[in-house]
Amino acid sequence: MKPIPQPILDIRGLTKVYPGGLKALDSVDLEIRKGEIFALLGPNGAGKTTLIGAVCGMVRISSGTINAFGEDLARHWRSARQRIGLVPQELGFDMFDTVERQVGYSRGLFGRAPDASRVEEVLRSLSLWEKRGEEIRKLSGGMKRRVLIAKALAHDPELLFLDEPTAGVDVELRRDMWRQIGALREQGVTVILTTHYIEEAEEMADRVGVIDKGRLLLVDEKDEMMKRLGRTEAHFTLAAQLSELPPALRDYPVTLAEDGRTVCYRGGDGTGKGKAEVAAVATALVQSGIVFTALDQRESSLEDIFVGLVEQQGLAA
Amino acid sequence: MINWRSTFAIYRNELSRFRRTVFGSIVSPVLTTSLYFIVFGAAIGGRINEVGGVEYGAFIVPGLLMLTLLSESTSNASFGIYMPRFTGAIYELLSAPVGVAETLLGFVGAAATKSLILAAIILTTALIFVDYSIAHPLFALVYIMLVAASFSLLGFILGVWAEGFEKLQMVPLLILTPLTFLGGTFYSIDMLPSPWDKIALANPIVYLVNGLRWTFYGHSDVSIGVSLGLTLAFLAICVAVIAVIFRTGWRLRS
Ligand SMILES: Nc1ncnc2c1ncn2[C@@H]1O[C@H](COP(=O)(O)OP(=O)(O)OP(=O)(O)O)[C@@H](O)[C@H]1O
Ligand SMILES: [Mg+2]
Repeated sequence: MKPIPQPILDIRGLTKVYPGGLKALDSVDLEIRKGEIFALLGPNGAGKTTLIGAVCGMVRISSGTINAFGEDLARHWRSARQRIGLVPQELGFDMFDTVERQVGYSRGLFGRAPDASRVEEVLRSLSLWEKRGEEIRKLSGGMKRRVLIAKALAHDPELLFLDEPTAGVDVELRRDMWRQIGALREQGVTVILTTHYIEEAEEMADRVGVIDKGRLLLVDEKDEMMKRLGRTEAHFTLAAQLSELPPALRDYPVTLAEDGRTVCYRGGDGTGKGKAEVAAVATALVQSGIVFTALDQRESSLEDIFVGLVEQQGLAA
Repeated sequence: MINWRSTFAIYRNELSRFRRTVFGSIVSPVLTTSLYFIVFGAAIGGRINEVGGVEYGAFIVPGLLMLTLLSESTSNASFGIYMPRFTGAIYELLSAPVGVAETLLGFVGAAATKSLILAAIILTTALIFVDYSIAHPLFALVYIMLVAASFSLLGFILGVWAEGFEKLQMVPLLILTPLTFLGGTFYSIDMLPSPWDKIALANPIVYLVNGLRWTFYGHSDVSIGVSLGLTLAFLAICVAVIAVIFRTGWRLRS
């Protein structure tokens, strides 16, 4: 018999009620596989940071169990935490200390023997080596975020949490971050990251979980998820009123507005199919001799998706 | 199993933080103590008779040392744990494989170490102004270490409790310093008129100052056994409070 691979992290019935009564997590069940990149997708206040805090020790859980590396985290926290790294959402460190010393400190704090060459490697991989002697407060915001990442990597964690790694960083740094995470995957590190952006989950993750109001609504393979989540919406404003849609458009999910002045497309699946179909609809309109004066196209927002998911769940229940 | 590497990392990190502020943290206590010696030891002390067979300038050395020990141990340890709470760096401590033992040995050990260094500097400075000798040097060292550790523990509790910088400084400034002044730093309590000599015995600092004075001169207002017992009891209470703080995550975990 082939042994079933054990999840690296196994969360069951995790509930967190903050003092004051706010239920930030509502019996969350989640299994994380070894070596995967898992994206936790959710709007502000969904409970993402709370979930990470519950695993990493900042949050006292109200009920539920967490197993890490096959052992109960509540009992074996000391050995488990040595193997977990965390990049928090907010900056937080001794601003007056230097980059290299802070990273070395983190390594020691997590119980690893000093290793200057490993610290150098981490700093180089994050383009921080030139800045190693600088006081952290003198670095730019993006650089400070990199220091946080360097601190989290200094003890070579097997399981890494990244709480909104790309919030407030420019496009270049974002790409860079994605590359970094790719490199970590190569090394076999399991990564759990949170994000507000569907594109980010799409770009990086193997699997995606959607969380809202403390409830984990859906967990699935990225591709499956994108098919379910993705929606493209396009509005063509017509030059002249139309009484009915031309036959060429019959095969597309399009509708004509009541006033006959707007053609509306709603479809696609997050794999680029929507965008291609909008282009095809535009061509079909032109070929049918219908003139449009404006085209407004957008991908469905996270909020649209949550509304959709909650409705679906409501129906299923 | 206690995580020694983590403990050492915290300890070193704290000491390096002290090193960055070495000027203020050493110069100011040394200056303050020197002023006391000049004013009380030299200027006024010349007109005061010996106290219990000890020259007045020498008599105030243990009290002044205690004054610095208490305030420095308390404020160093409280800042040590308050700063990460304030900056948000506490996340790292909470997510690290460290428990109450590592945190205490690291933070409190570092604060106590700094107090010991200060004590050595102050005792050396005192030699410039007065002539004194220590009757039980080893006992004195142990007692100083005990007091430094106890009040670093108290500082740690304060640093966890405080929710602002004023609160952080309130206890050393409003409680410890006045009690130390009233605690027989500058006088022997039998110099007080009745009933103040009895009331003074309710001040716990009296026992600390006199405990240290006993190690210096071999006699004091209260018995060394009582002093030692009270100090140990205080240390034990602080450790217990901190153990509860960690167990419940009070003010540290949300
Ligand atoms: N320490 C706390 N005390 C009380 N309530 C809290 C605390 N921390 C978070 N909350 C509440 O719990 C809920 C979940 O917060 P959490 O920070 O986990 O959300 P999030 O998904 O990380 O949001 P964001 O995307 O904005 O970071 C929010 O309603 C928040 O107000
Ligand atoms: Mg968050």
